[in-house]
Amino acid sequence: MSSNVITVSVGQTDAKPWVDELHQWLTTVDHKRLGILYVVSALMFLLIGGVEALVIRVQLMHSHNNFVSPEVFNRMFTMHGTTMIFFVAMPVLFGLANYLIPLMIGARDMAFPRLNAFSFWLSFFGALLLYFSFLGGSGLYGAGNAPDVGWWSYAPLGARAFSPGHSSDYWTLSLLVSGFGSIGTAINIIATILCLRCPGMKLNRMPLFAWLNLVMAGMVLIAITPLSAAQIMLLIDRYLGGHFFDTQAGGSAVLWMHFFWIFGHPEVYVLIIPCFAFMSEIIPVFSRKPIFGYPVMVAATVCIAFVSMSVWAHHMFTIGMNSYANSFFTLTTMAVGVPTGIKIFNWIGTMWGGRIQFKTPMLFSIGFLFQFLIAGLTGIMMAASPFDWQLSLSYFVVAHFHYVIVGGILFALFAAFYYWYPKMTGRMLSEGLGKWHFWLFLIGFHLTFDVMHVPGILGMPRRIYTYEPSRGWDTLNFIISVGAFIQALAILVFVANLIVSYFKGDKAGNDPWDAWTLEWSISSPPAPYNFAMVPTVASRRPLWDEKHPEDPDSRYE
Amino acid sequence: MSAETPSFPNPVPAWDLPSRGKVAMAGLIVAESAIFTIFVVAYLFYLGKSMTGPTPREVLEPPIFYTICLLSSSLTIHLAAKFLARGITFAFLAFWLLTIALGGLFLYGTAQEWQRLIYEHGLTISTNLFGTTYYSLVGLHGFHVTAGLIMLVVVALFGLSGRVGIKQSGRIEVLAMYWHFVDAVWVVVFTLVYVLGR
Repeated sequence: MSSNVITVSVGQTDAKPWVDELHQWLTTVDHKRLGILYVVSALMFLLIGGVEALVIRVQLMHSHNNFVSPEVFNRMFTMHGTTMIFFVAMPVLFGLANYLIPLMIGARDMAFPRLNAFSFWLSFFGALLLYFSFLGGSGLYGAGNAPDVGWWSYAPLGARAFSPGHSSDYWTLSLLVSGFGSIGTAINIIATILCLRCPGMKLNRMPLFAWLNLVMAGMVLIAITPLSAAQIMLLIDRYLGGHFFDTQAGGSAVLWMHFFWIFGHPEVYVLIIPCFAFMSEIIPVFSRKPIFGYPVMVAATVCIAFVSMSVWAHHMFTIGMNSYANSFFTLTTMAVGVPTGIKIFNWIGTMWGGRIQFKTPMLFSIGFLFQFLIAGLTGIMMAASPFDWQLSLSYFVVAHFHYVIVGGILFALFAAFYYWYPKMTGRMLSEGLGKWHFWLFLIGFHLTFDVMHVPGILGMPRRIYTYEPSRGWDTLNFIISVGAFIQALAILVFVANLIVSYFKGDKAGNDPWDAWTLEWSISSPPAPYNFAMVPTVASRRPLWDEKHPEDPDSRYE
Repeated sequence: MSAETPSFPNPVPAWDLPSRGKVAMAGLIVAESAIFTIFVVAYLFYLGKSMTGPTPREVLEPPIFYTICLLSSSLTIHLAAKFLARGITFAFLAFWLLTIALGGLFLYGTAQEWQRLIYEHGLTISTNLFGTTYYSLVGLHGFHVTAGLIMLVVVALFGLSGRVGIKQSGRIEVLAMYWHFVDAVWVVVFTLVYVLGR
């Protein structure tokens, strides 16, 4: 493998044959490489899930459209939801946690590197299993391929009698497998944070990023596992003739709903808490102020984690629970708004009086703040059970949760990408393309999801394949679909930015943002061993202490 | 290290962090507890809702002897781990093998009970709701006992070839945590299935 076989690459270190390189990536146990694998696979599935969303939007563009058949439409919204939650949002957040936590707490790697690799491949092959259903799903029955029963697969729709063939089996197995991956990663994150902190990094000096991911990992242990248990039950029903969700043998369809949403609602917080973590790192740096109310931020996060475990049945107000249950879940759901509001005030308090720099990460962060607030407000509306009886299962709900997931989670993720891309690759993302990306996505987002509330209020149910022209929903749906295409365009700008900047971007250096946490103290991208010397910290902002020895934070903490 | 951090006024005190093995096992136990909780909830929710027989009262008999076996195996594994921590490998091995024997006895008891239920009473996982929830819950626990036994046997093989010493004490304690958890789950399952739910 001498270098004269390969054309001389300028200025690079020894060029390895691509097979070697590929082999190293496939067998890696390094937390940075696994983090990147998580992120890249999630971006791939983001594009796939995005195409599915576009198919849905084209079909709904005007009444009586025939772009796809009703069967394909059902598959599209099922696959879109499942893909985006389990194979985009979870992996990308796990990937960033994987990459950043050891760097932020001054560790060499995660606590269990091989478990880390195992968890990633479980999640990745889980995703492949889901998509293999397009080929193998019809089984012997010829009954349609990909799963088409919605991302929550309500009983008895998921039972053998109503989902013949193997489409639901692929859905179940895929979520079971990737769920085990999630549990492995969560255990790894907890063990890393509790056991591998560098000297001096007490729990109350950890970056909020580590704190919030610790809480998130704790939630994964308690919230993802009920889904795994329910999937095992569904498999027993489908393969061993069990009766868990078989109403004809006395089983209960409602029990499946409870089990699904005991997972499903905390899942939203599993996804949003890491986004709070991004905000808590990015907003201080671009406001040039330390985070406002560090202990309160931690307390509010733990509080959210606890309360969010007891709100699940607000997804089930319309099934006819008794008035005590309705009142209880209304109250707990509204109670979650309090710690969340505290967080928003803390971020605003951080920005208040700061010298704010409107770089791309900060633009996305500010977008996050506004949109997450609005998403929270419609959430409070939906939490009132009488209001929910009117609008449950309508496009109002679809608009609400896309406001959380796109307006909140995705905006926070874009902020994180622009902020940490230089650390991961050594190159800055282009600010120019970044601003295009931000404004296009912002316009597309609001065009789609602001308008989407209206057909919901007018009575348009979710998951319908088409609608009558006399309803007067045509114009609104057309605007929504146009917005979707603008968002798709913005994503293409983003992908172009990722690729172009990787080769042509400005060199980042160790610390392009003049930040304060440990990951910026080492080279970009970091060496495989992370820290040549194990760092010792004495405050929450170790790099500030290093840059300002005359006035270190440690003097005031 | 201390020479190059003169700017920090407070010297760093002794740095002691918990063992990653124990933290990870505690995490796994939390996750497993959630899974068992869901199966227990399903069992309790469906008590008395079966459309056909047999019912728990008709067919279940509390496996008291085998329960005593499993619960005492918690004590023996604890003693084994203690002896290993003090470096007495012979006593460790003796108690370790005793633990395996007790765990194996428990599984044998479950197998016997299932055989009786299936062949004498015709109760299978697809007979009625009781069958579905009973075999799932007890089976899930039995699966965990089996997984634990496999790990115990692997350690025993290493121990018999003289490769388990005081150095491995920490890891043995982590495995013992898992085994205690499996026993604790059985306390819950036994109480709910064989005592209260009958």
